[in-house]
Amino acid sequence: MDRIKMISESLKQKFDTIIARYPTKRSAIVPLLLFAQDEIGYVSEEAIEEIAQRVGVRPIEVVEDISYYSMLHRQPIGKYNFQVCTNISCMLRGGEEIFQHCAKKLGIGHKQTTPDGMFSLEEVECLGACCGAPAMQVNYDYYENLTPEKVDELIEELKKKEPGPRT
Amino acid sequence: MADYSNSMPGSPLEVKVLTRRIGIPGSASIDVYLEHEGYQALRKALGMNPEDIIQEMKKSGLRGRGGAGFNAGMKWGFVPKHTGKPKYVVCNADESEPGTCKDRVLIEYDPHQLIEGIVIAGYAIQSHQGYIYIRGEYRYLMEILDRALAEAYARGYLGKNILGSGFDFNLYTHTGAGAYECGEETALLNSLEGLRGYPRVKPPFPALIGLYGCPTIINNVETLSNVPHIVLNGGEWFAKLGKPNDGGTRLFCLSGHITRPGIYELPIGFPLRRMIEEVGGGVWRGRRLKCVIPGGSSCPVLTAEEIDVPMDFDSLAKIGSMLGSGGVVILDEDTCMVKAAWRIMKFYAHESCGWCIPCREGTMWLKSLLERFHGGGGLDEDPDTALDVAYNILGKTLCPLGDAAAMPTISILKKFRHEFEEHLKAGSCPLENRGAGPGSKDSGQPSWAPGPSSSQL
Repeated sequence: MDRIKMISESLKQKFDTIIARYPTKRSAIVPLLLFAQDEIGYVSEEAIEEIAQRVGVRPIEVVEDISYYSMLHRQPIGKYNFQVCTNISCMLRGGEEIFQHCAKKLGIGHKQTTPDGMFSLEEVECLGACCGAPAMQVNYDYYENLTPEKVDELIEELKKKEPGPRT
Repeated sequence: MADYSNSMPGSPLEVKVLTRRIGIPGSASIDVYLEHEGYQALRKALGMNPEDIIQEMKKSGLRGRGGAGFNAGMKWGFVPKHTGKPKYVVCNADESEPGTCKDRVLIEYDPHQLIEGIVIAGYAIQSHQGYIYIRGEYRYLMEILDRALAEAYARGYLGKNILGSGFDFNLYTHTGAGAYECGEETALLNSLEGLRGYPRVKPPFPALIGLYGCPTIINNVETLSNVPHIVLNGGEWFAKLGKPNDGGTRLFCLSGHITRPGIYELPIGFPLRRMIEEVGGGVWRGRRLKCVIPGGSSCPVLTAEEIDVPMDFDSLAKIGSMLGSGGVVILDEDTCMVKAAWRIMKFYAHESCGWCIPCREGTMWLKSLLERFHGGGGLDEDPDTALDVAYNILGKTLCPLGDAAAMPTISILKKFRHEFEEHLKAGSCPLENRGAGPGSKDSGQPSWAPGPSSSQL
């Protein structure tokens, strides 16, 4: 799979709008990183350079932020990232079993990606869906009151879609 | 997007103030909001003296809904009136306390209520700029907020010369990217400035030196959503809904082993026993109660004998726990408390930002100890060692994350010591051995799956 490394022109324009919201450009770093990742699937070296230059910091300062925030990653991951919560409220209602079911079904473990680049799996901390436990997010979409059957249905549904990077 | 009734099954015992518009079709749109008293409080506030709004806030007894429970009016009152610097209002929408999912519904179904509260807060402290810091995972909520902000700008409730009053206020959303620590107010400010979310030394408090070194108020989503109601109906009315010095209602999130999990709006001081038995329908599957986490995973736990307590800040403090963020987690008789302690600690070890050594090292040590202990490798001295480590985190860190990790651990070690003894005696988890435990592997990783184990999260 070809890796996209550079963000689009339209996103660069959105960057200008976001940067203008703050008295210091640096404030925009984390939102810019996340939006760049949303577009190209990960935070590429090129994106780091671009963002550093736009907010007027050295690239290493951008990298310092990336390593702090758990949603940011510097390597491509699957098109559909299964983020299963196993924190206390989810654990009490079977969150660990949901995680293990996903692992078995997808054939991958925590923070791994299927060879076709379709799925990634991650055990995550509280998603703020405690009353709908057990819960997970696939990319930004919430799935609550999960059962192994619901997970199976979702995986089958997603498998029918085109492989490729996240869009 | 889920139907609201999934997370809000409803109860006749609810007193709906913040959630009263939820259920009306299109409640997130400005037109529906305007049809239901929307922006009337802002209109009233703009005709008031800012100082009087702060007085009304103090009278209301509204205390911070993010967990700390500080009087919101007092917080606003600390902002200096005359300063050459800009002032800022920051809304903390970084909801991530385990067991808490209330801000989500307030934003999803009534974003204008929050926006109105923020603008009034801005007027009260004479600030002209605000940010809503929202956790990265809540992307769909940020989109809802961005749409609502655009509507509010278009109708003149934001921007220049709001409703012809001469008051200007700009408001933006700002996304985080995954960090529990950024819910702590000074770490949030660093994050908003584009830095790693490390906490700052307090004092100075943000009211004096906050965002960009300027006076700043930071309030939780639920706190700010209460503001329009206080302005419209008066501080006294609000105080009477709850308790003196702790006014209003709370959005309680009932989760875990409860028959009807959900978010319920109940008056401050509502009895915990009735909340579990009548509002939530009791412990699930007809089982008995073992333990309650009363306000998010940072709070000391309560045993089944301790639930005859009114749910307000002072009553819970009196029995050695906290009301926290309103996340009420129910644990039934078949729950292993060693495992619960381990899972809670695994979270704090993952989320410790690493700035303060007692928290960085202590949470990792406790997580390893509890994991080993629950897995059958416990030593006689482990419970005392764990207590020692926890007490050496408590009060020794810049921000409350260290305390938040230590307190539940200490309470479980003290109140459920017998379960630790039973593990030692059995050489493994007695509950899982009889097949009733919630899971059989602690690693969260099937043994056949390659790759790093979850303990390296």
